[in-house]
Amino acid sequence: MRFNWSYDYIKGSKIAYIFSIILTITGIVSILGLGLNYAVDFRAGSNVDISVSKAITTEQVNPIIRDMGVDEGDVHITPGADRVNVRFSNVLDENQESKFKQEFSKLDSKASYEVNTVDPEMAKELERNAIYAVLIASIGIMIYVAIRFEWRFGLAAVIALFHDAFVVISVFSIFRLEVDLTFITAVLTIVGFSINDTIVIFDRIRENLRFAKKTTKAELREVVNQSLAQTMTRSLNTTFTVFAASICLFIFGGESIRMFSLAMVIGTLFGAYSSIFIAAPLWLVLKGKQVSKPKAAAKASN
Amino acid sequence: MKRIISFILVVLVTTGVMVGTSPELLKNIRLGLDLKGGYEILYEAEPLEAGQQLSKASLVQTAKSLESRANALGTSEPEVTTEGNNRIRLKLAGVTDEAEVRAKMKEPAVLTFRSKAANDKEGEYSKIELRGNEFVENAAKVVFTSLNQPMIDIKVKDKAKFSEITKRLMGQPLAIYLDDTLLSAPTVQQQLTDGSAQISGNYTREEANQLRDTINLGALPLKLTEKYSQSVGATLGKLSLDQTIKAGLIGSVIILIFMIGLYRIPGIIASFALITHTWLVLAIFYLGDFVLTLPGIAAFILGIGMAVDANIITYERIKEEMRSGKSILSSVKAGSKHSFRTIIDSNITTIIAAAVMFFLGTGAVKGFALVLIFDIVTSIITNIFFSRFLLTLLVRANVVKKPKYFGVKESEIRAL
Repeated sequence: MRFNWSYDYIKGSKIAYIFSIILTITGIVSILGLGLNYAVDFRAGSNVDISVSKAITTEQVNPIIRDMGVDEGDVHITPGADRVNVRFSNVLDENQESKFKQEFSKLDSKASYEVNTVDPEMAKELERNAIYAVLIASIGIMIYVAIRFEWRFGLAAVIALFHDAFVVISVFSIFRLEVDLTFITAVLTIVGFSINDTIVIFDRIRENLRFAKKTTKAELREVVNQSLAQTMTRSLNTTFTVFAASICLFIFGGESIRMFSLAMVIGTLFGAYSSIFIAAPLWLVLKGKQVSKPKAAAKASN
Repeated sequence: MKRIISFILVVLVTTGVMVGTSPELLKNIRLGLDLKGGYEILYEAEPLEAGQQLSKASLVQTAKSLESRANALGTSEPEVTTEGNNRIRLKLAGVTDEAEVRAKMKEPAVLTFRSKAANDKEGEYSKIELRGNEFVENAAKVVFTSLNQPMIDIKVKDKAKFSEITKRLMGQPLAIYLDDTLLSAPTVQQQLTDGSAQISGNYTREEANQLRDTINLGALPLKLTEKYSQSVGATLGKLSLDQTIKAGLIGSVIILIFMIGLYRIPGIIASFALITHTWLVLAIFYLGDFVLTLPGIAAFILGIGMAVDANIITYERIKEEMRSGKSILSSVKAGSKHSFRTIIDSNITTIIAAAVMFFLGTGAVKGFALVLIFDIVTSIITNIFFSRFLLTLLVRANVVKKPKYFGVKESEIRAL
């Protein structure tokens, strides 16, 4: 079983650019317009997740909430057959929390709870830390790749990496999926992992450059296409193993890491896509600028 | 022949060690609260009376008093840690009456000096003579006698009251309590009229420091506010654990089948290395006494997918070398050598991201990052070095002679 992966990827990347730009714009519009559907981790309040042994309806839960002296308008209930989620925009104190559990257990004695309460100040701090984390990790990776390769590889890799992270965030915004603390973990893992394919490809480009003529842009383009074809099986196989792990987590894993797993699934797929259609062609654009200047071309051939 | 024997020996010994130790490992790995049920609270501390300074010593002291309260309430292995200058994180497992425990935890620490009441048993003191807030704030100090024996200097606000107490209790013990725990019971030696006293006893320097901090904390108790809390029911935790382990097993089986299907003999070696990898990460958790959380298990499972990437990159390279016409042995050598740098480079970028998560993250994020780092480091050992060692042994033993054992067809091989 061996495919011939020869293909003009650079030509294909034109379509990919258009696709990615549309996706990015949609993402920006969605994030600015709709924002993100923050879980309690980032917007303060209390989140109660209940695993139930029989279906519970909103009508059954409402009286409990009235009884607690909480305004129903501040509460969002998602009923379900085996899991009920109740989200309070205000922080519950321990008496309210235990009262809720007590009353709810009357509806279903086998109920098991997970309660998360986050104070507004803490939510802000978590959000700030998350943004710092993504930025610091990206800068760190960019510096590392720039040292090990050259700045053009570093820049192209980081643009692809931002693209992956941004696509995942956009998808979560567009489909109103819940963004919690584990989501940030997923984005950071994608930032660290999606670059793996890019590095494999760049490594091959660098290796092929040693033996190739690189005086014209067309020759460089040939090197990139060749390198992509040679590393394609690798990229697809390494993506598959991580994809298999994430999709299993998504389908069979625990409820509280579902959003994390979904983010990983999306991130892994886009990571492979961007390594092939964005990072490598982008490097060509950057490098092509260098060869088109005759002086620089002479330098590059050493 | 020698090589094939050593190959079999290595595999058998490794398998034996894994099979022998795994039940013990799995039984003893500490699970996080999200998996076994319990709750975690992050408190922010501030002085009970506004305008007072919060000291690190009083924060540590408050944490200690939380821990002893939790122990007194019969919770198993309470974990109390201080964070930064004004935060305390409390983790409790297996609490039945949560509301009561939470209310008790939030109460400020109460320091009392007590004397023996009429019906107290031996070693019990229940008549409260002085309360923590009757001491001058931050006035307790450790001083040394001429014999270099540590003593604690204390100051009270109400001189007359102290004078009366010391007069009445002359020659009797005046016991020091934090909440309901007896810390020390020094005997009053003389009537003290200037509101200050020295507590001496056979204290070590550390004990003296501890007592000083406790008295200072008692004089200035901290108010705790819950900033973040997570409580997970035991049933729900068990459910998450079971579901996620199931997900991990299914994922692993898919990956193993995929590897063997694509890479045949090397694929089997990669699978063996992967199992060793999983065992090794578990062993690190066991030896390091780290706590495995739900995001940690997720990282663990993702790590399985990432660890075999090293094998994939190496084997693809080996296949490529074989197709170019090289012998199997030199293909394995060249493939391993050329792919090594690529694998290390890509692993380091993941470590950079994980390290950032570890240092900036809290709780769940930290747990995830820790597993990810262990995952990558052990995968370098098992899925690069260990699997290369096994493969080279097999090839040198002349067991794998045909390219098809690597998933390479004869027809694909170009003449050199």
